[in-house]
Amino acid sequence: MTASTDMRASNGVARLRGGGIACPLPIDDRAVVQMAHGGGGTKTAEIIEGMLLPALTEAAVAATPGQDCRVQAGELSDGAIVQVGDERLAFSTDSFVVSPRFFPGGDIGSLAIHGTVNDLAMCGAVPLTLSLALVLEEGLEMAELQRIVDSIAAASAAVGVPVTTGDTKVVDRGKGDGVYINTTGIGRITAPVDLSPSNCRPGDAILVSGPIGDHGVAIMAARGGLHLDTDVVSDSASVVDLAMAVLTAAPNTRVLRDPTRGGVATVLCELADASSVAFDVDEHHVPVRPGVRAACELLGLDPLYVACEGRFLAIVPPEEADAALAAMQSRADGAAAAVIGEVAQGPAHVVLRTAIGSRRRLTRLSGEQLPRIC
Amino acid sequence: MRHVDEYRDARAIEVVRARVEARLSRNRTLMEVCGGQTHSILKFGLDQLFPERLQLVHGPGCPVCVTPLEEIDRALAIAETEGTIFCSFGDMLRVPGSTHDLLIAKARGADVRIVYSPVDAVAIAREEPDREVVFFAVGFETTAPANAMAIRTAAREGLDNFSMLVAHVLVPPALEALLGDDDCRIEGLLAPGHVCVVTGMHDYHSVARRHSIPIVVTGFEPLDLMLGIDRCVEMIESGEVGVVNAYERAARADGNPAARELLADVFSVCDRKWRGIGEIPASGYEIAPAFRRFDARTRFAVSCIEAQEPAECMAGLVLQGRLKPTECPQFGRRCTPQNPMGATMVSSEGACAAYFQYGRPADVGASA
Repeated sequence: MTASTDMRASNGVARLRGGGIACPLPIDDRAVVQMAHGGGGTKTAEIIEGMLLPALTEAAVAATPGQDCRVQAGELSDGAIVQVGDERLAFSTDSFVVSPRFFPGGDIGSLAIHGTVNDLAMCGAVPLTLSLALVLEEGLEMAELQRIVDSIAAASAAVGVPVTTGDTKVVDRGKGDGVYINTTGIGRITAPVDLSPSNCRPGDAILVSGPIGDHGVAIMAARGGLHLDTDVVSDSASVVDLAMAVLTAAPNTRVLRDPTRGGVATVLCELADASSVAFDVDEHHVPVRPGVRAACELLGLDPLYVACEGRFLAIVPPEEADAALAAMQSRADGAAAAVIGEVAQGPAHVVLRTAIGSRRRLTRLSGEQLPRIC
Repeated sequence: MRHVDEYRDARAIEVVRARVEARLSRNRTLMEVCGGQTHSILKFGLDQLFPERLQLVHGPGCPVCVTPLEEIDRALAIAETEGTIFCSFGDMLRVPGSTHDLLIAKARGADVRIVYSPVDAVAIAREEPDREVVFFAVGFETTAPANAMAIRTAAREGLDNFSMLVAHVLVPPALEALLGDDDCRIEGLLAPGHVCVVTGMHDYHSVARRHSIPIVVTGFEPLDLMLGIDRCVEMIESGEVGVVNAYERAARADGNPAARELLADVFSVCDRKWRGIGEIPASGYEIAPAFRRFDARTRFAVSCIEAQEPAECMAGLVLQGRLKPTECPQFGRRCTPQNPMGATMVSSEGACAAYFQYGRPADVGASA
């Protein structure tokens, strides 16, 4: 999706880095925010790990919560875990800047509900309530806003999570792209699960809840510039019930993650790093719809890097893998779930067994996914 | 998926592989010319299946990689001219110029737009008559016809606010330069299938004759590549010289006559500098005199921009097949797609980027 950045933030000048062999031009591109900083790959990690975590971890230590409140920061997960007395709560936030605002299979409104409830579900939580903040651009058609609000209301009712607080701001025409939405959610963790990204162990099974890449391809096709004629629709949906079904069937599930920006490959790399284990993925077993595969072939993209908004990965101990898969496949929203590989002894990396039986590495998405020239 | 799966069939590939192995009497070195072929070999891990006696070196066929530094600097100067809309394929945006790249220019406020076809840039020129719209035309003979078509369309419609910064390069002269080098150890070439779809194979016959070498027009899927290798090795082993088409489902001996006519009308052949290689005579296209008013180089007076590449850049050796990306001391260490030291690490068709993205566990350090 589009990265949410103010592209006009400008200071400093790019310069050449000296030393070593003088190949053309390493460039100091840290001087200004670029779209790739919102792409979910290595550049996003630069901001989070290089700027946000150092600044905010210190601040968090300084402001210790009360005695009955313990916070486990969600720096590498989809949300934070807040313990209040005996109650474990998940706390997560997400902003939505998708363009176009309406696309096959969804719109920015329903996406804003699904995105945050899914992040809570990935913490093992049942969502309780959401906040909704709208940043509107002057000149937006009221009828369009009504459509978006109706979609928010319908999605909120369908997932059974009420919006209970919110905020509305308007910016000058030209200072925003129609509508930006932020939702923040709180959920309750009822089962005694521990879903830390560092939990993965050799032998664990890697499951995906359905075909990957639908959302990313639907958005790219809807952007128009590609003249891509496809019937692919976004997978934007709540995965709360499906995730709870997995946690019930496989209570020792190591971790759940939804492969949004950066796709399945980037998430697996993050988990491999966090757990210091190797991930072996079999390309043959990764479910990809024909339309998504065809679009990716055409554009030179790899479905493993294309965003999903209604799928998740579950890393499950081997003895619970069958139960987790059966729990997914017995539901309509998990019918195409599959085991796509397994966790092996380190070093921390992700290896893909290709369609012709060779092996290659999967690395994190670097920069934005740009369609190739020819 | 039809037209794809049958060319990725592991058993069919193994049959051809075994045939190649049986043919090889000693170590042989082939070059696949096109970056798309390099990308495919690494993406599918085809190299892991090669017989021990077969080595493929990667050719200069990445248009992004060979676009010279000064051309990127000219693109930046035009993009940063007030009121200009600068349109480019996405690949070019991250290629470093002397001081920065087009993505950074965009982040600082330049109106840089990714388009997927030059015709889209013409449409923008139509919609924004008060602004100068420039398209960055890079690529080999493959992308040139669409760019020629865009110029012809702009001429027909009288779109005076449209122009093109042309950095087109041609394959056969580059092959001449590579094969003419005394140190060249290449015994056979896999010619770029999609270039031949446009140009046909005429120019390759003289290259093959002059350098007494077999040239096999080859496709891009794993089985296509293995079949091209098979044919090439067969010719090497039997001392056969000439051009053979192993990509018959797409390429024809006379190419695409309509596209060739279009190219001859809109472009004329010129000397061209290749990044990392240097100037190669008659190896590029420029806009022909009849259409020169669409030449962004004169419209924006950027011809005077020159840039000197560091002589010791290793990307040039990679582009000439003299150095494997993994043999560069900086590969995967100081030089990554995140912090590229050379264009071969930037483009999706660059050999270094392909090795990094599709690397073997041993190639790229220990961290995911």
